[in-house]
Amino acid sequence: MLEVKGLHAKVEGKDILKGLDLSVRAGEVHAIMGPNGSGKSTLSHVIAGREGYEITAGSVQFDGRDLLALPPETRACEGIFLGFQYPVEIPGVSNLTLLKAALNARRKYRGQPEIDPGDFLAWVRDRARLVKIDPKMLSRGVNEGFSGGEKKRNEILQMLVLEPRLMILDETDSGLDIDALKIVADGINALRSPERATLLVTHYQRLLDYVQPDYVHVLARGRIVRSGGPELARELEQKGYGWLEAA
Amino acid sequence: MASQPQDIHELMRRREYSAGFVTAIESDTVPPGLSEDVIRMISARKQEPEWLLEFRLKAYRRWLRMEEPKWAHVHHPPIDYQAISYYSQPKSFKDGPKSLDEVDPKLLETYKKLGIPLKEQEMLAGVAVDVVFDSVSVATTFKKKLAEAGVIFCPISEAVREHPELVRKYLGSVVPFGDNFYAALNSAVFTDGSFVYIPKGVRCPMELSTYFRINERNTGQFERTLIVAEEGSQVSYLEGCTAPQRDENQLHAAVVELVALDDAQIKYSTVQNWYPGDEQGRGGIYNFVTKRGDCRGKRSKISWTQVETGSAITWKYPSCILRGDDSVGEFYSVALTHHRQQADTGTKMIHVGRNTRSTIVSKGISAGEGQQSYRGLVRVLESADNARNYTQCDSLLIGDRCGAHTFPYTEVRNPSARLEHEATTSKIAEDQLYYCRARGIGEEEAVSMIVNGFCKEVFKELPMEFAVEAGKLLAVSLEGAVG
Repeated sequence: MLEVKGLHAKVEGKDILKGLDLSVRAGEVHAIMGPNGSGKSTLSHVIAGREGYEITAGSVQFDGRDLLALPPETRACEGIFLGFQYPVEIPGVSNLTLLKAALNARRKYRGQPEIDPGDFLAWVRDRARLVKIDPKMLSRGVNEGFSGGEKKRNEILQMLVLEPRLMILDETDSGLDIDALKIVADGINALRSPERATLLVTHYQRLLDYVQPDYVHVLARGRIVRSGGPELARELEQKGYGWLEAA
Repeated sequence: MASQPQDIHELMRRREYSAGFVTAIESDTVPPGLSEDVIRMISARKQEPEWLLEFRLKAYRRWLRMEEPKWAHVHHPPIDYQAISYYSQPKSFKDGPKSLDEVDPKLLETYKKLGIPLKEQEMLAGVAVDVVFDSVSVATTFKKKLAEAGVIFCPISEAVREHPELVRKYLGSVVPFGDNFYAALNSAVFTDGSFVYIPKGVRCPMELSTYFRINERNTGQFERTLIVAEEGSQVSYLEGCTAPQRDENQLHAAVVELVALDDAQIKYSTVQNWYPGDEQGRGGIYNFVTKRGDCRGKRSKISWTQVETGSAITWKYPSCILRGDDSVGEFYSVALTHHRQQADTGTKMIHVGRNTRSTIVSKGISAGEGQQSYRGLVRVLESADNARNYTQCDSLLIGDRCGAHTFPYTEVRNPSARLEHEATTSKIAEDQLYYCRARGIGEEEAVSMIVNGFCKEVFKELPMEFAVEAGKLLAVSLEGAVG
């Protein structure tokens, strides 16, 4: 599904990714772990299509298509979803407005008519229950005045509504208490299926107790320095990243 | 690079002014130029009484001694007032239409293109419309139903004939004929506009609406609107404006006067979409308008809501004089400037009575090379015990060649006054756009969504169907604003 080959990326003239390889197949859950500044967020944003990243070498393919040639909105319509580490506030634009626009953009991309407003509301309310979001919050401005935990749950809600094929969660677990963490994990697990893949970008083992990964990769100095199964995450929890960074 | 930044200029050229067509209709237009003779001619054609001619001539003589205001933050070449024609009416209207059936089909077609159906059965339920085409009012709908409620809603020229005592009592009582340069000019040459009278205790059964359209070349539009709400009455009034796309500038200098007596409420909304000129700044309407409401009665309330997306230059400060004790003034404004548009707009709240309250919410959006100023005055007189004002001015910048300026003035002569002022300036943040795009929403739709969110507090003040229209108008006006 996702093929990253020899990816080099610069931000503001600084090399961040230095030859990264990653292959994700449908149905798999990959965890990308690594110390701060190792390039985890850069990888997420390069896949989602944020401007300001200079790709100097390598390729990213999604279902065999050159992802780097597509604007972010097309990538999203193709089925890529990035759950933001720092969700953005958009004052005055309600969550429902954003969700509806996003959902209809996808449908338009696929040549489908706009969703019926009644069906839309029913669908969003149903999804909101999964992440324990009060329906009243749906009418509030996007992330406007939300607590950190609410913002993260809102990201998961958007993901549940949009049903992407590749879910990238950029440190969605950071700053969550245990209850919120469980809710977020439930949301991710609810979407797990043989057709979908997940990329969990995280600093800690915590989330992986609730969302069992198939593969764990360690990102350091812009490259994947070690890959393994779930046991690698536990090893990291005990030993930290130092032993790998030095390697 | 993930996505190719599109050429901003190319995108901006795509913007089309959908109301920019000209109606091929034979018009009876007086030759350009202004003199006492022209004023006498206008007055005679309208079969006006002597007092009104006197009003016009006094205003004209005052105007001759006045100078254009220079303090506004706008720039334009000098206006040649002798090159403007001060009166134009469609030829088929010599005697005025008696009913819609007599209206020239070409005119009906014009308004249909503008999305304003005049046939009552096609209209939005519950909105009565008066339509002013160049210098004359061409149609007023739902007159009968309004008359049953005792509401008068008609062209002001008709009101002069049918209800002279009312017009004479209130005309010029809020905006005196020598108030300012443009108001004086309007008082001298005003041709038509709407008159609304809501009798005591009546809640107007429907929204009232006037559409102003400039069609002829080299004509100015000088409409005059007068709304009087008697004790305990209520009315909601909306005006819309469009003009053809022309290379030269056209002048629009209107005067609007509102009078609210004890416990009366007037809500006045404007969706202004005059032709703004092209991306080089050629053509477009000069919109120099004086709008003022007088809360003459106790516990009266006047609320201005405006969405300004058009005009090459806007010079406009809808104001409230809070004369009655416990009266309330409100001003909600969204102004958008794009390309080379300039807007200097805001409000004045004059607190005279006790316990008077005013609210100002101004949202300015600048894109392209648009320049925008908020200019607001809050004046609290000695007599105004416990006056309160809340002012909020937010500016949103799109791109880095536009500008936003805020000029708040306050004059407080009573120590019990409480004034609050908040102001913010923000740019459409890259991260907001990226966030929307990462959800699959295209760039232009995302900009429109963010801008609509920014304006929400003002849009919610508009009548429902017009709030939708205003949102769409903003989206069209901003097309190509982001590259």
